[in-house]
Amino acid sequence: MNIAPLGLVAAPLAGRVPAQRAQVSSGQLLTACRLAWERDGRLVALWGSDERDLHRGFCLRVVLEDPEGLTLLEHTLRDDRSRYPDLTPIFPAANRMQRATYDLLGIAAESDDQRPWLWTAGHATHAFPLRRDFAPTAEMPDEQHEYAFVRVDGEGVHEIPVGPVHAGIIEPGHFRFQVVGEKVLRLEERLGYTHKGVEKRFESMTIDDGARLIGRVSGDSTVAYACAFAEAVEAAASFVPPARARWIRALCLERERLANHLGDIGAIGNDAGFAFGLAQFSRLREDILRLNEAAFGHRLMMDIVVPGGLSRELGFEHVHAMHDEADRVARQIVRLRGIYDEHAGVQDRFRNCGRADPKLARSLGLMGLAGRASGQARDIRCDFPSAPYDLLEVRLATHTAGDVWARVAVRFDEALESARLIGTITTALLDPATKGPVHAPGPDLPADRISLGYVEGWRGPVLVALEIGEGNVIRRCHPQDPSWCNWPVVEHAVIGNIVPDFPLINKSFNLSYSGQDL
Amino acid sequence: MYETLRQIVRVGIRSERAPAPTAEDVVVRRLHEDILRTLGRALALRHVDAGSCNACELESQALSNPYYNVEGLGIRYVASPRHADALMVTGPVTKNMAVALRRTYDAMPEPRLVIAVGACASGCGVYGANYATVGAVSEIVPVDVAIPGCPPSPVSLLQGILAAVGASAAKPR
Repeated sequence: MNIAPLGLVAAPLAGRVPAQRAQVSSGQLLTACRLAWERDGRLVALWGSDERDLHRGFCLRVVLEDPEGLTLLEHTLRDDRSRYPDLTPIFPAANRMQRATYDLLGIAAESDDQRPWLWTAGHATHAFPLRRDFAPTAEMPDEQHEYAFVRVDGEGVHEIPVGPVHAGIIEPGHFRFQVVGEKVLRLEERLGYTHKGVEKRFESMTIDDGARLIGRVSGDSTVAYACAFAEAVEAAASFVPPARARWIRALCLERERLANHLGDIGAIGNDAGFAFGLAQFSRLREDILRLNEAAFGHRLMMDIVVPGGLSRELGFEHVHAMHDEADRVARQIVRLRGIYDEHAGVQDRFRNCGRADPKLARSLGLMGLAGRASGQARDIRCDFPSAPYDLLEVRLATHTAGDVWARVAVRFDEALESARLIGTITTALLDPATKGPVHAPGPDLPADRISLGYVEGWRGPVLVALEIGEGNVIRRCHPQDPSWCNWPVVEHAVIGNIVPDFPLINKSFNLSYSGQDL
Repeated sequence: MYETLRQIVRVGIRSERAPAPTAEDVVVRRLHEDILRTLGRALALRHVDAGSCNACELESQALSNPYYNVEGLGIRYVASPRHADALMVTGPVTKNMAVALRRTYDAMPEPRLVIAVGACASGCGVYGANYATVGAVSEIVPVDVAIPGCPPSPVSLLQGILAAVGASAAKPR
């Protein structure tokens, strides 16, 4: 995005995705966001940092993505009495990010909605953990408060509270339904239950410890986060990891995508009453995890991708096994997809259920696989391909129906595509040309530098923003999950559906709680 | 329907024998006896995520896949703590989940078991002690068995469940 017409000076940011940064005033922040929106751009992340020790007050950072790349806008607030402009009129998804930024840092937007976001158990109005003078283990003062849910009034309207403890084996969150009969009039989500101080924990961590922690921001996306973190570290040091490591990273990313999509397709089928689907797809998923265990020593591939490359080599025999498996799994997926497509009961539950049409998806900023099911044809692997994706020609999967069916269809398409990519990557890895080391120690990291890592995880774009301090330690690390932008869309997608369809709709989005609560 | 049935026949039965805490098969055979002696029926598990990263949940879900087939061992996950014999807790127990965890435990009938699943729940997770967490599950509710691992594999989970049932069976009444 060319921001020169706004009178802004953009400095390029090193990294695998084209990116720039610019200092902005509050007025420029708004005009830049508006410009991005007009250029088909979207909000990716919003967070704040305490930079009072560097005599810069607080810094609000906003990352926008448009077809030309990422733009990092930095807006300095002199102190915590200064406010920054409310971005929700342009990007509605900013609402919860702004509220979380206040909870953690005590800097507020000029917004009408100042409800706490993260403090579900008690509300501390005067303790802000991400300030640098807040000790990590300091007690948070408990102030019980009633959270102001939006209520619907009228004859026959009643309220169903659900959670934070759910009936299945899933993450905790609270859902407040306002219903008439079985029909949902309104849903309000209340998250934050898994907030465990991850961002505070990153402060002063070494890069190695940080690499371990980033892999546990959201366990289902451990490879995506590890890749984004590694890319951010490598970008800060202007360092390119060995070619073989990049090939294996892509292999891990695609295996993560494939395993999650298979698990989801089975679970969504099960939520529509088709237990056969769960049995079949959970078996395929287990096969993949077992091969991960054999090849990498970890079923979910945690701690494999590290800054500088990989923590271990991938054996020749396992590359062969993955190649054969990809072929086998693809054939099974095709066969099972036929069964799903032919099953009238399943199709009846999937079609027109939990719809987010393309217009709604665009206005709310729906991203990732759910976005692609609602006509938002964006995928970092296709839009900004970096090695080895520049050689792979990833086929973007997209549908416009925006319902459960479309989210399942995108998963089927992407699972098949991932299987194809695994086949291509493993073929490349067997080629003597890709022989070589999988890790190279990087140079020392320059202090006071910010860098970004941006990776298409199975759920959507994962961003890691990293600031390195003196002595190769992390000063601030902010991971941003696509769930921030997608959760609000679920509230809209369930309107007019019946309550018993909520688990099905929710599973079809399958958003992260931990990745967002941090 | 024909294709569905054909696929079922083609795949066949993939369930594996339950893992033994030791290599001795006799321990596996004792599982049903232990469950029956302790609880008089099948084992009903209730899961609570007290702030985990979701990896422990993925592996707990995997227990229900055809390979591990825990339902075949008489173990099943239930939707309410009031139906549960054992509570499986994951995560570093966030301040935000502490009350919900305590209330879930309080809602369970006796005798009840608590299994702390994974490094975080056992008190040695990657998140450490900080303003947002209360620490290991044992800080909130009594824990019978802690299963290490980040995350524990389904086999470790099954071994942990067996250990909890075994320990409970050995308790004097």
